[in-house]
Amino acid sequence: MTIVAALLPLSLLLAGLAVVAFKWAARDGQFDDLDRAAATPLLADMDETPAQPQTTENA
Amino acid sequence: MNANVETFRYDDGIVRGFAWFTVLWAIVGMLAGLVLALQLAWWPANGGIEFITFGRLRPLHTNAVIFAFCGNAIFAGMYYSTQRLLRARMFSDALSKIHLWGWQLIIVAAALTIPAGITTGKEYAELEWPIDIAITLVWVVFAINFFGTIVKRREKHLYVAIWFYIATIVTIAVLHIVNSLGLPVSLFKSYSIYAGVQDAMVQWWYGHNAVAFFLTTPFLGLMYYFMPKAAERPVYSYRLSIIHFWALVFLYIWAGPHHLLYTAIPEWAQTLGMAFSLMLIAPSWGGMLNGLLTLRGAWDKLRTDPVIKFMVVSITFYGVATFEGPMLSIKSLNLLSHYTDWTIAHVHGGALGWNGFMAFGVLYWLIPRLYGRELHSVKLANLHFWAGVLGIAIYAVSMWSAGITQGLMWFAFNEEGALQYPNFMETITKLQPFYWLRFFGGTLYLGGVLVGAYNLVMTARGAEPLPDTEASAPALTNDGHESKTWHGRLEGKPLLFTVLSLVAILVGTIVEFVPMIAIESNVPSIAAVQPYTPLELEGRDIYIREGCYNCHSQMVRPMRAETERYGEYSKAGEFVYDHPFQFGSRRIGPDLHRVGGKYPHLWHVNHMRDPRSTTPDSIMPAYPWLLEDELNTSLTSDKVAAMRKIGVPYTDADVSGADAARDKQAAAIAADLKENGVDGMKTKEITALIAYLQRLGKDATGKNEKSAGKTPSSAGIDVSAASAVKGGNR
Repeated sequence: MTIVAALLPLSLLLAGLAVVAFKWAARDGQFDDLDRAAATPLLADMDETPAQPQTTENA
Repeated sequence: MNANVETFRYDDGIVRGFAWFTVLWAIVGMLAGLVLALQLAWWPANGGIEFITFGRLRPLHTNAVIFAFCGNAIFAGMYYSTQRLLRARMFSDALSKIHLWGWQLIIVAAALTIPAGITTGKEYAELEWPIDIAITLVWVVFAINFFGTIVKRREKHLYVAIWFYIATIVTIAVLHIVNSLGLPVSLFKSYSIYAGVQDAMVQWWYGHNAVAFFLTTPFLGLMYYFMPKAAERPVYSYRLSIIHFWALVFLYIWAGPHHLLYTAIPEWAQTLGMAFSLMLIAPSWGGMLNGLLTLRGAWDKLRTDPVIKFMVVSITFYGVATFEGPMLSIKSLNLLSHYTDWTIAHVHGGALGWNGFMAFGVLYWLIPRLYGRELHSVKLANLHFWAGVLGIAIYAVSMWSAGITQGLMWFAFNEEGALQYPNFMETITKLQPFYWLRFFGGTLYLGGVLVGAYNLVMTARGAEPLPDTEASAPALTNDGHESKTWHGRLEGKPLLFTVLSLVAILVGTIVEFVPMIAIESNVPSIAAVQPYTPLELEGRDIYIREGCYNCHSQMVRPMRAETERYGEYSKAGEFVYDHPFQFGSRRIGPDLHRVGGKYPHLWHVNHMRDPRSTTPDSIMPAYPWLLEDELNTSLTSDKVAAMRKIGVPYTDADVSGADAARDKQAAAIAADLKENGVDGMKTKEITALIAYLQRLGKDATGKNEKSAGKTPSSAGIDVSAASAVKGGNR
C-alpha cells in the first residue's frame, strides 16, 4: 500500500492549492459584497447590446 | 460612462458547436445503454457480434455518456457562462476550436477502439495511451484558454460558478494523468504501472473524483449560473454557495476508497473513505437547497417554463444521489449493495436525473437564445420532461429492487447454515423482470431525449445563427493592489501562477515519484504468489479485451456468505502482479478469483462456445470466436519484458524463452482437450484464456503445484497466517 505515499501528497497538494486559492480570494475581496455576488449572473447581461430578435419571421 | 469602457463580442459560435455535439452524443451514449439493458434482459441481443458484447459495449456506454454527452454539455455551458461572468471573450478563438474539435476526435477514437477490444481494462479510463495523451493535450489547451480568459477578464469578482470550473479543470488534469500512467507495449496496448491493490486505490481515487469533478462540480457551476438566469432571481444565498464550494473541494478527494469497502485494501483507508463520504452530505444538501430556493418567489414558473422544470428535477436528483451516496458508503450497507444493481440505480439517478436533466435544461435555455428564436414547442418539451421523469423513476425503482434482491439472496443462509441460493444463476434469473422494467424505463428516457433533440433542431432550423453577442464593460484596473515586488506581481496573476506551479509540481511528482513508489512496492507479500506464465499473460489480455471485469469481480470479501460461495477470501498479496487490477465492481456473473482449477479445461471450452451448455440459465453471451481465432503471439516476449520493467520479477530467461514457454503450456492444455474430444485448440485464443482462468487465485491457496513446490513453507491451506506473517493485508 505504499501507493498511499503518492496519493496522500497528491491529494494534500490539491487541498493545499485550494487553501492558497481561498486565502487569495478572501484577501482579494472576493467575499466582500455577497449581495451583489448573488446577482452576478443577472448583472452580466446588463452590459450586453440586445441581439436583434428573429422571432417574428419564424412565428 | 467610464472613460476606458471597452466594447467586445462573446464567442457564441463555440457554444453552439458544443451544444449540438451534446445532443448527438446523448443519443449515441444512451442508445448504447439501451442495447446493454436489452442484453441483460435477453442475452442474444448482441446478435453474436463480438464488437457489441456487454463487456465491450458497456465501456463505450459509460465513456460516451460521461465524457461525450456530459463533457460537451459542460463545455457548452462553461463557454457561455464564463465569457459573460468574466465580461470577456475567450482568451483565444483558435484554442476554443482546437478544444471543440479535438474533443470530438477523441470521442470518435474511443468509439472505434473500445468495441475493438482496445482497452486498458480500468473502468471509466479504458482508453489506450495514445488517446490518453490526446486527452491531456486537449485538456491543457482548454486550461490555457480558460485561465487566459480569467487573466484578461473585465470583472474583478470571480463568481462561484467560475470557482467550480477552476476546480474541475485542475483536478481532472491531475486525476487523468496519475491514473493513466502505463507502459506501452504497442500502439494499442499498455499496462498500468500500478498493480493489484495499488492500482485499485489509484483507480478509485480517480473514479470517484471523476464523478466529483466531471459530473458534479462543473454541473454545479452550470446550476449556479443558469438557475438564477432561468428563475430571474439572484442565488438564494451566496454565503451558502461559498461553503458549498469549499467544503466539496476539501472533502471529495478523500472519498474514493468507499468503492473498495471490504476488499483487500487496508481497513483504515476504507474507514477514511467512509467518513469523508458521510461528511459530504452536508455541503451537497446545502448546495441542493441553495439551488432550489433560488426559485423563491418564482415557483409559479415551475408550471410554465420547461427550463425551470428540468432544472428543479435535476437539482432534486442531485439531492437524491448525494443522500444515497453517503448512505451506500456506510460499510454495513455497502456490504449488501456492493456488486449489485443498487450501485447502477445510484449512478443512473445521478446521470439521468442530475446530469441529463441539467444538460437539457441548459440546452432548452441556450438554443433559443443562440438563434434568436422562441423554443419550437413547449408541449414537446413537456413531453420530453415527463417521459424523462417517468423513465428515471422506473429505472431507479427497478434497479433498487434488483440490487436489494440480489444482495439479500447472496447473503441468505438456510436453517442448516448453508447458502440458501448456492447456485449463482438463481440470483440472476430472479432479476429478469427488473431488467425488462429497466429496459422499458431507459426506452422512455431515450424517447424523451429524441423528442428533445427534435425540438431543439426545429428551434434552430432555418435560423441564421445570431452574430456574436456584443457587450461593453470597463477594463479592469488594479486599484492600488499593484506591487513592484516579485510576490506582488505574482499575486496580480494568481490563477496563472497557480496553474503554472501546479504543472511544474505535477510533472516532477508524477514522472519520478509515482512510478518509483508503484514499482518498488510490488514485492510479493505472499511468497507462493508467482508471476503469470507467458500464456497466462496472453490469456489475461484476452480477459481484459473482452471486458470480463464488467460482469465478473475478482475479489472475494472476507465474510462467510462469500467464502462459502467462492472459496478463500482475497488478500492484497495475491494481486501484486496484476497490471491492471481486475477487481471489478458488479457481479452480473459470479466472482472469478477462485475459479482456477474449479472446472476442467473442457468445461471452459464448452462454456465459451455456449454458456448455456454448462450453465443452463446463464445470460452470458457466447464467445465462439475465442475457439476460432488464432492467438496473436507476436507480442508475447514484449509483454513479458514490459511487465518486467514495471516490477514483475521475470528473469532474462523468462523474457527470451517466453515464446517457447507459451507454446509448451498451450500444447499441454490442447493435449488435455484432445483427450476429452476437442481437437485443434493449441493455437487458439481459448487456450490462453483457459490458462489464465485456471491459474486464478491458486497460488496463495497452495493449489498451484509449481509455485507451491518453490516455497513449501508458506504455501498451505492457512494462507491468512502466511499473509499475516509476510505483512500482507488481512
